[in-house]
Amino acid sequence: MATRYFGVAMKRREDPRFITGRGTYVDDLTLPGLVYAAMVRSPHAHARIKAIHKEKALQHPGVIAVFTGKDMVESGVKSLPCGWLLPGMKLPPHYPMAVDKVRHVGEIVAVVIAQDRYTAEDAAELVEVEYEPLPAVADGAKALQPGAPAVHDEAPDNVCFRWSIGDREKTDEAFRRAHRTVKVELVNQRLIPNAIEPRAAMAQYNPATDEYTLWVTSQNPHVHRLLMAAFVLGIPEHKLRVISPDVGGGFGSKIFLYPEETIVTWAAKQVGRPVKWTARRRESFVSDAHGRDHITEAELAVDEKGKILGMRVKTIANLGAYLSTFAPAIPTYLYGTLLSGQYEIPTIYCEVTGVFTHTTPVDAYRGAGRPEATYVVERLMDLMARELGEDPAEFRRKNFIPPDKFPYQTPVALQYDSGNYEGALNKALEAINYKELRRRQEELRKQGRYIGIGFSCYIEACGIAPSQVVGSLGAQAGLWESALVRVHPTGKVTVYTGSHTHGQGHETAFAQIVADELGIPIEDVEIVHGDTGSVPFGMGTYGSRSAPVGGSAIVLSLQKIKEKARKIAAHLLEAAEEDVVFEDGKFYVKGVPDRFKTFQEVALQAYLAHNYPPGLEPGLEASSFYDPKNFTFPFGTHICVVEVDPETGKVKILRYVAVDDAGRIINPLIAEGQVHGGIAQGIGQALLEGAIYDENAQLLSASLLDYALPRADDLPAFEIDHTVTPCPHNPLGVKGIGETGTIAATAATVNAVMDALAPFGIRHIDMPLTPEKIWRAIQAARAA
Amino acid sequence: MYPASFEYYRASTLQEALNLLRQYPEAKVLAGGHSLIPLMKLRLANPPALVDIGRVAELKGIRRTDGTVVIGALTTHREVEFSEELKQWCPLLPEVAAHIGDPPVRNMGTIGGSLAHADPAADYPAAMLALGATIKAVGPNGERTIAADDFFVGMLTTALQPGEILTEVHVPVLGKGTGWAYEKFPHPASRYAVVGVAVVVRVENGVCREARIGITGAAPKAFRARNVEQALAGQRLDEATVRAATENMVSPEGLLSDPFASAAYRAHLCAVLTRRALLRAAGRAA
Repeated sequence: MATRYFGVAMKRREDPRFITGRGTYVDDLTLPGLVYAAMVRSPHAHARIKAIHKEKALQHPGVIAVFTGKDMVESGVKSLPCGWLLPGMKLPPHYPMAVDKVRHVGEIVAVVIAQDRYTAEDAAELVEVEYEPLPAVADGAKALQPGAPAVHDEAPDNVCFRWSIGDREKTDEAFRRAHRTVKVELVNQRLIPNAIEPRAAMAQYNPATDEYTLWVTSQNPHVHRLLMAAFVLGIPEHKLRVISPDVGGGFGSKIFLYPEETIVTWAAKQVGRPVKWTARRRESFVSDAHGRDHITEAELAVDEKGKILGMRVKTIANLGAYLSTFAPAIPTYLYGTLLSGQYEIPTIYCEVTGVFTHTTPVDAYRGAGRPEATYVVERLMDLMARELGEDPAEFRRKNFIPPDKFPYQTPVALQYDSGNYEGALNKALEAINYKELRRRQEELRKQGRYIGIGFSCYIEACGIAPSQVVGSLGAQAGLWESALVRVHPTGKVTVYTGSHTHGQGHETAFAQIVADELGIPIEDVEIVHGDTGSVPFGMGTYGSRSAPVGGSAIVLSLQKIKEKARKIAAHLLEAAEEDVVFEDGKFYVKGVPDRFKTFQEVALQAYLAHNYPPGLEPGLEASSFYDPKNFTFPFGTHICVVEVDPETGKVKILRYVAVDDAGRIINPLIAEGQVHGGIAQGIGQALLEGAIYDENAQLLSASLLDYALPRADDLPAFEIDHTVTPCPHNPLGVKGIGETGTIAATAATVNAVMDALAPFGIRHIDMPLTPEKIWRAIQAARAA
Repeated sequence: MYPASFEYYRASTLQEALNLLRQYPEAKVLAGGHSLIPLMKLRLANPPALVDIGRVAELKGIRRTDGTVVIGALTTHREVEFSEELKQWCPLLPEVAAHIGDPPVRNMGTIGGSLAHADPAADYPAAMLALGATIKAVGPNGERTIAADDFFVGMLTTALQPGEILTEVHVPVLGKGTGWAYEKFPHPASRYAVVGVAVVVRVENGVCREARIGITGAAPKAFRARNVEQALAGQRLDEATVRAATENMVSPEGLLSDPFASAAYRAHLCAVLTRRALLRAAGRAA
């Protein structure tokens, strides 16, 4: 069949509605009798709640109710669950509102429900909470020191879990016989996601049917429903409908079940009116799950030829005050398993200590574990290349897993299905004109100008799967995806996908797949998602899983549709089914293309069933649940070129080349957009972003005036290219592209700055590489 | 982002605005709203009333009288940035205005509002000091002018008295032989000046007759680098001279410090940016 849509850089069908302000976000919705919630949040990082006085707030005109954590627990509300359990892990309760103690700044202690937002905010200031402040700790390493204030009685040493992967003895042995080793301490700082749309929730309870409806900014409405219904509020799952309408970005932060949506759902029944809450940006800073926050000691060992012998990694992962929905998985199975990178490393040993602190919970943030792993691997590769006096590109090339070794079993559990790492490296080197650039770098250094070239040869594991394996690793959910394809009598098609789009462009990319498979115009295809009332149970969108898992589920359903349609067509054409060909939306008998039945004619007959194959059910729809055989493994090489002003320490990015391999590309325009956004976020971590807590665990970087997100003028024009190594085990040959940029860019940028600073003998500076840090490093190097 | 409740009054004339301020002594004056409204949304400022002067026609416009340029308090940053008259008469101001916020902010924010707010990291105060501007205010006791050197009293504090409204900014026409420059090191998040240095130099026969240097962002209020100004008077503004005059020109003591930039780093930036601004200004004076 001729491809008409797959691979075409179509403009996104959803964009006209977004750019003309016609999107429908949770905060745009209203209901008759709607009232508003304002959260009363703790100003302390750690304190005992001695008393909460509601009276003044309740007396404020327009206030309908004030509830506390005690009210919720007494009505039977349970702890928010954790969706990934590790052996021996401590799992202290996490109630939607604090009951006896607060454990991070911003934790909710009470909710005010009022007739409008202003009244709710006014009255929230009137709720008097008596606190007894307690000592607090924000830093993961400090939380492990003896005598550190304990976050939970259940974990007096603040250790949530100790986890390891790989062969310790074999790795120690490799280091003993190493020719050279390098060691570095790396801080992968805490990031604050900042999706453009703040989180929001609106809930309604219908006493006539005993049913709840929750509209929420969710990347996975079915998961929200399951967790909230079965674990927290005790609502029968079929009595709770969760709708996630247009959602303005997530980056992971909208995966998790949060206190706020739980509170408004519960409160809607208590007050007998629909209740809405929308985060203010300052609330987002303290209540959206944060990302990263690792302190790592990493070592690499090589033999005389510069071939890697082993890697040893020890990481403290700060989990925050409570376990967010998937928190334990991120610094373990999504981190330790990625430490082989693109390289043949005979042995790796990694141990991770998950630590509670008095900070906002930490969970998946774009890349989730994989950027942290890539940062460790790619910093080590650069440091070793420098140690050996080798070119960083050539040192990498020498240690790549060669193309003929796939499938490749790493020493850290994953089996890579495919890859051609040298292909991407060569393409990137050519694009940047590497030899000439090195010559120019030398020349400029003589003039006192410092440019640097940084590499990141990354691998990503996305579309985490299969369900049986992730279940054995502690996941409390399957990681398949669903798709229901419904063909209407006129041949128009509605697809109900369990994936969720919040910026990824599914309404276009999935429609391209469907239109091609069925040979129909893309205008005839509608993609529906985000409503548990209409979409089959699905797992949602995160971890770059939509195309490889969600897209594959759609393809399976389309295959079922085509099989049934062929039976109907064969009947209409009075031919044997196996003789019927389907091409460009037409069924015909092999060799007789002029006598055909269109897809639309067949669809109509499926619903008329007047002239119909005996024994065949009428109707034309199919659903599928696709459980992948493996992860998919996108990879690539990113090269960043920077110039450092040695006087001020300011970094300017001169060029950025990205060569990514995400298999077959459904829509190059969307893929490019994903790469652009990802690189921006990765550069953001390298140069600008970072949550800052003071000694009292107060968040100092709690607004966009303090927390620096990358902007257009911080970034160069990205130079983007692809190689195509199709995924061998899914029907589309696609991999994920949503996180590659973030995974690669941080390491590439930091490596570039360290390369620029090499003449000063500077080996490492922790992120973000702010001008003052660089200036101080240069001062120190000059003084030495 | 929900401010506490407040009364709102709109004045049509300056006199009406003054009357309203007398009637509501706790009221705040609202012009472009780009400093005050964010503070109110965060409930860091909770004025019981606002007096909106945004439509007072007599506070608008840019004009010239002899050697002085008069800029109405309601002139937006955008109008300053793109004013053909200012580009001829006092080009330092358009250069500074281009560094303020972003285009939406520049479309709304006003020069009078910015100066009266006196944010220690705002851009205009540096320029006012470098230009030797005077600021005109009208209050219950009539009209008075305040020299820029006396105007900035401390963090978010000016010489304006309760009930007074800033009406005009007077700056000199920059004549032949005068060079100017503004060098700004912006905070990556707020884009306010971590340090901003505005410089005006008058050069005759290759020798600096007068240098005026205003620095914003570094300290609780904008200040002049008088030691450098004096060191350069009568000197040629070449690289070596300027470098010698600016090195360690500011002591970190008393400077602002935050997680992005310590006092020591700010002191260092003062020296680097002042040198760069002086050399650029000297090039323009030639």
